[in-house]
Amino acid sequence: MPKRIDINKILVIGAGPIIIGQACEFDYSGTQACKALKEEGYNVILINSNPASIMTDPDTADKIYIEPVTSEIVEKIIEKERPHALLPTLGGQTALNTAMKLAKKGILKKYNVEIIGASEKAIKKAEDRELFRNAMNKIGLKIPKSIFACNINDVEKAAQKIGFPIIIRPSFTLGGTGSGIAYNSDELLDFAKKGLNASLINQIMLEQSVLGWKEYELEVMRDSSGNIVIICSIENLDPMGVHTGDSITVAPAQTLCDKEYQEMRNASIAIMQEIGVDTGGSNVQFAKNPKNGEIIVIEMNPRVSRSSALASKATGFPIAKIAAKLAVGFTLDEIKNDITGKTLACFEPSIDYCVVKIPRFTFEKFSETKDVLSTSMKSVGETMSIGRTFKEALQKGLRSLEIERYGLGADGKDIDIEKISKTDIEKKLVIPNSKRIFYIRYAFKKGMTLKNINELTNIDPWFLWQIKEIVEFEKIIKLKGKNLSYDVLEKAKKLGFSDKQIAHLTLFSEKEIKIKRKKLGIIPVYKLVDTCAGEFKASTPYYYSTYEKECEARISNKKKVIILGGGPNRIGQGIEFDYCCVHASFALKEENIESIMVNSNPETVNCSIWRSNAFKSC
Amino acid sequence: MKALLAFEDGRIFTCKSFTGPGETIGEVVFNTSMTGYQEILTDPSYYGQIITMTYPLIGNYGVCSKDIESDKIHARALIVKEYIDFYSNFRATETLAKYLKKEKILGVEELDTRALTRHIRNKGAMGAVISTFDLDPESLIKKAKKIKPIQGNDLVKKVTTKTPYLWHNNMPDYILEKDSINLSIWRYKGKKYSVAVLDFGIKYNIIRCLEKAGCEVLVLPAETNADIIKKLKPDGIFLSNGPGDPEPLNYAVNTIKHLLGYCPIFGICLGMQLMALAMGAKTFKIKFGHRGANQPVKNFLTNKIEITSQNHGFAVDINSIKEKGIEMTHINLNENSLEGFKNNALNAFSIQYHPESSPGPHDSLYLFNQFTKMMAL
Repeated sequence: MPKRIDINKILVIGAGPIIIGQACEFDYSGTQACKALKEEGYNVILINSNPASIMTDPDTADKIYIEPVTSEIVEKIIEKERPHALLPTLGGQTALNTAMKLAKKGILKKYNVEIIGASEKAIKKAEDRELFRNAMNKIGLKIPKSIFACNINDVEKAAQKIGFPIIIRPSFTLGGTGSGIAYNSDELLDFAKKGLNASLINQIMLEQSVLGWKEYELEVMRDSSGNIVIICSIENLDPMGVHTGDSITVAPAQTLCDKEYQEMRNASIAIMQEIGVDTGGSNVQFAKNPKNGEIIVIEMNPRVSRSSALASKATGFPIAKIAAKLAVGFTLDEIKNDITGKTLACFEPSIDYCVVKIPRFTFEKFSETKDVLSTSMKSVGETMSIGRTFKEALQKGLRSLEIERYGLGADGKDIDIEKISKTDIEKKLVIPNSKRIFYIRYAFKKGMTLKNINELTNIDPWFLWQIKEIVEFEKIIKLKGKNLSYDVLEKAKKLGFSDKQIAHLTLFSEKEIKIKRKKLGIIPVYKLVDTCAGEFKASTPYYYSTYEKECEARISNKKKVIILGGGPNRIGQGIEFDYCCVHASFALKEENIESIMVNSNPETVNCSIWRSNAFKSC
Repeated sequence: MKALLAFEDGRIFTCKSFTGPGETIGEVVFNTSMTGYQEILTDPSYYGQIITMTYPLIGNYGVCSKDIESDKIHARALIVKEYIDFYSNFRATETLAKYLKKEKILGVEELDTRALTRHIRNKGAMGAVISTFDLDPESLIKKAKKIKPIQGNDLVKKVTTKTPYLWHNNMPDYILEKDSINLSIWRYKGKKYSVAVLDFGIKYNIIRCLEKAGCEVLVLPAETNADIIKKLKPDGIFLSNGPGDPEPLNYAVNTIKHLLGYCPIFGICLGMQLMALAMGAKTFKIKFGHRGANQPVKNFLTNKIEITSQNHGFAVDINSIKEKGIEMTHINLNENSLEGFKNNALNAFSIQYHPESSPGPHDSLYLFNQFTKMMAL
């Protein structure tokens, strides 16, 4: 189906101010979408209140309203502009909620504005717990079991059906009083009594807990013909219980065999169809029981999300741009894959590297907030790293956080593990926190076993083994000390060790290691992110560095300038530096100078390929 | 253990064996599927080939006895970027290295698999030697140059079953007495569709998919002739996938010619190429093949796009199909190559990709029901 000609003016709702859980990734998606719609000749009206965004640049849309993103203001804009359609799926939850309010108030009907992307019905079905539960039941997928109880007898019966641990949630209470997690019947009875008392209608909901299960996400796209493709699978290193935004996540999924992956793929497709998202990108989250492989659907977002931004940068597939084109009627087989220029957007990217996303926290700036991670998001930014091995990507990612760590450890910044007790380490492992990844290393150094660490953290043994390998190799580097051979040095670089770490372990200076390394010819190469694992020639210059044999960087004879990006967002350094980088790149282009962008923040616009001549993820 | 990989064109890659000493030869191909290494290794269509997985971390979920696609590994060797000797998966029964060693298949790691993939993409699939014994590049290149090309060779005879079998309890139930290959062989005649399979190197999951669609499956050696098959009075005939070049398989083409029009026939991969040859079309070798789980295919009958699992180095010439007036049903959207055709007059249809997946997406399972619907008529 070609693009729709019955609509011309499209209103795009932006995400508004940056808040925790909704950062510049929606500037990235919104900008991409506006540009894509303009490219297709549509008249794009944009509302967003955030002036630090690329999106609100005069040339992004035909008309831009820098106004609060509320239903009242949007109503006024609709009244004035009379758009034919409203695209709410690219501006995060803010845009989606605003669109739903407008629909509820009857404003869209009044002005005859059509929601494109996801319909009102689909959004409701995905967001309303009860409707979602029914939808999942209908297609035979499981969601956490839950039963209402009004007395202790009911509670006991329900507990048998659900199994421990059980989450207790009293109905109609103020501020969630009386809720908790019970691991045995004594605790359950205790919580249940309190909960029943706390509830205004003496009712509690008992819910199956999937704490500690493995967590996965799939990024899905659908077009108006009903074609569905999976763009990326993501596995969380931190198991269920830590918000995805606060988890270290890895793409693609690492520990699923083909049969398990296909089961999840099939489930995602069925969910997309049942919820009824017409076109665009969605994100489906699953919990998986590591003991028997049982999968449970956690939620589905009928819009592009933070994970979509990550998936786009991780695979090279521009989800938001394609989502915008699908919303106006194009089908996946009518859109070219920008990276290869020859193949189509209708395919599933295959990647030949490992991507690690690590959240950036700022607990030090808020002394009253405890460094404890749970189900509400606390991170303020994130970094993405690409490597040919998980170990390389993990260490690179930790370095990119700009928290003065130069890898997993052995960088002179470790705590003195002689001075810390095993019990203290155990505490840091049991309760998820921003430093847990470093404490896993301390635990191994202290002689704790993989099994032991797995029991305390529920982090999959596969990840723990990878971390252990890094720790073990530290010993080898230390042992070789002054006589670092080519093999050891090369291997160290392949495992993601920085010169600073190697220097710390060998008592050389960082500079000495660098000189020695270069003398031996151990230098990074640049590999392409090409969506297809090398099967087709790629035309866009999107690179990552790694220690391999062949370098694919195409170096031109043009004058060129490197622009260093801002890295992960943090308090005091956010989206505005993305804005600056993008404009620097534009200015250089005007002067016919090639710009090479270096950055590690997957949420940004400057990381997207069309903005600069080359982009290198660090 | 240090190892060397030498291509016939002289390109050398140093690597490390993770399965102990060995030396092997074969055509090097790459697969872009991010999961399914065990299914790929045991797929008979890879006979004589050395497989490179483009996904760099291999071994993560171990191996599982339920994930085999035939009774053994057919690939000659496995090339990966980083072998992970620690698995984490509740289904796994052992590590990939142990499994490869048991099957005496060489596995090598620590080479730039992306550089290797690009080499094959640019130069085409070609012969190579991997060795841990002989580390002299010149000597290895010489050996690689001597490798017989896959083109023009009958590889089917290396992988087809010697003894016919029925599928029972998710495994082959061999029929040892030759005389019993007659009409009485079917245990569910009239209750299930009796399907005779010509085995050119079938993947078990095809049999499982046929069974799920309501068929009783009898697998026959590739050289079984048309008369014997007709005596069995099957409701349908299935032409399986398999390794190598279809052109030298005159006996199979001949058999298919005699069977076309007798009852509904369905072919997959090599089976499609053989059916095309039997209908007078042509086949050819493609530069580096299609091997992966992400190729988009359009079905003209439904206008739907399927993401497909693929593994083939030869293809049917699309023009020769058009010339013969055979109806195209599926094409590859990446390069407009032929992925499926049907011939209503002869009650036959074929698919180039792998609807049975394993590994890969399940988008195309409907084709097995399409086959049973034809048999129901």
